[in-house]
Amino acid sequence: MSAEARAGEGQPLPRRVGRLEPAALAGVMSRDVAIFGRYWKATTFSSVVQPTIYLLAFGLGLGAALHPHGGLSYQQYVATGVVATAVLFSSAFPGMFNTFIRWQFQRTYDAILAAPVDVEELITAEVLWISARAGVYGLAPLIVGFFFGLEPTAGMVLVPLIGFVTGFGFACFGVTVAAVAKTIDNFNYITSAVLTPMFLVAGTFFPVSNLPVGVRTVAEINPLYHCVQLVRHASLGGLGSGDLAHAAVLLAFALLMWRLAIAQLGRRLID
Amino acid sequence: MIGARSIEPGAGGAAISLSGVVKRFGAITAVDGLELEVMPGVCFGLLGPNGAGKSTTMRMLTAQTLADEGSISVLGYELPRESKQSRLEMGVVPQLDNLDQELTCRQILTVFARLYRVPRAERAAAVERALQIANLTGRADTIVKELSGGMRRRLLVGRGLIHRPRLVLLDEPTVGLDPQIRQELWTLIDGLRADGVTVLMSTHYIEEAERLADTVAVMSAGRIIAQGTPAELVAAHAGAEVLEVYGPPERLTEVSELATANGWASRRSGPAVAILRAETVNGRAPEGVRRPANLEDAFVALTGEEIE
Repeated sequence: MSAEARAGEGQPLPRRVGRLEPAALAGVMSRDVAIFGRYWKATTFSSVVQPTIYLLAFGLGLGAALHPHGGLSYQQYVATGVVATAVLFSSAFPGMFNTFIRWQFQRTYDAILAAPVDVEELITAEVLWISARAGVYGLAPLIVGFFFGLEPTAGMVLVPLIGFVTGFGFACFGVTVAAVAKTIDNFNYITSAVLTPMFLVAGTFFPVSNLPVGVRTVAEINPLYHCVQLVRHASLGGLGSGDLAHAAVLLAFALLMWRLAIAQLGRRLID
Repeated sequence: MIGARSIEPGAGGAAISLSGVVKRFGAITAVDGLELEVMPGVCFGLLGPNGAGKSTTMRMLTAQTLADEGSISVLGYELPRESKQSRLEMGVVPQLDNLDQELTCRQILTVFARLYRVPRAERAAAVERALQIANLTGRADTIVKELSGGMRRRLLVGRGLIHRPRLVLLDEPTVGLDPQIRQELWTLIDGLRADGVTVLMSTHYIEEAERLADTVAVMSAGRIIAQGTPAELVAAHAGAEVLEVYGPPERLTEVSELATANGWASRRSGPAVAILRAETVNGRAPEGVRRPANLEDAFVALTGEEIE
């Protein structure tokens, strides 16, 4: 350091810092962007290939044995359903694993919180980045679907937005899981017992209306079900006033999980 | 909003002030009624054995650990309420490597330039400057996991200085480093003090505190048990001279007993028994080698703990 580095003298008044500052969010997200720049191929590959496999397996395999449902071909039905699956996987998993690794193994969060960044800003920025990505990856099944008879429609421009709101909630869910997990192996419980049934029983591969009343009620509480409904209505025509309720559920889920993630991880980051 | 109420140091003019600070983790009291003041422009050494509460104290200064009792102010800001404002104006070099393993030096420094709100137009220059401080200009685009331990530590220092802070916290800055790399970092820390930056450094290396610190506080069991310049601490707790008596174990036991019987302060020091304040035991002293007392003698006298 040179003499001109002398701190305190002749410097302008330090800027004021507040709550949820755009500069802090942008700073944390710039790190995510830098990391994504290194790993975008692997991340994108897994986010695109997985829904494609579901589409091929269910759409072509199972679809050949099924009759059209409610005027939709089964391929159309699955292509729109798998959007929600893609969003779920590309938000809940990064929420769980990235959080745990950066917090516990790399201690990156310790470094960030020693800078003028609050827990609220740190988590919000991480989740915003994950959900923006999830919204974009949610388009992958539709694009694959175009090759299997899905027609592009104007309403599909809403899909990234629906994916973003859904992804925000599930990314926050992942952060909360990471905050309460004792080891990274505990994630297996969540994956098997929560995420797998959630993505199956959400109207992705079969309508929940065919389910027994008890299971159906559970399915209707599932935020992913509301995501599926919105995506299907937006993509295939037929958005109606009922969809406001679906949107409201997703927004409420996102808001609730956001505060829960901040409270849970905050308790562990600041001791 | 957190107000930038004042950029002048708080009451008493201290850059850092802790009063009656207590921090418990379950049944363990890590910090136990800590009183500490660090004046601006000083290199302050917090010296103590492992487990004395140094790292907990450091974490409390960034509000990453919250005190159970007492008050803390940093650069005139009350913690934890105004901690974010104080963090904007200070730099932190952690004990544990928390660099992003997957990013390059330049990427990490650019991210932290943003986190520390370095204006966009100045960011590239701030990154170059930090690379120079870290002596990593030639490695700017190397990924962190390919750097040696010493390079990483220098990068941590450069990262902590990216925004020209007026206060720097260094938590065990040279722990686990080769002597040569330690020397490099000492030069760097000494340069900070020369530039008028306030430095609070925790260490359990006596030599580090003795060489760098203007003021040393000895911490033990969560509180400060002595404070002063290194010379003052040595004079007060070890005297002017130390007499080292060498011999086989039986002889050393004998000397220890003799010291106790005469009321001389003494300690085992490797293959010798060291009698402190040797200048006061003239005439009655056993044969041995006289040397000037040092901070290590004072430290051991104060904490009762041998150091590595």
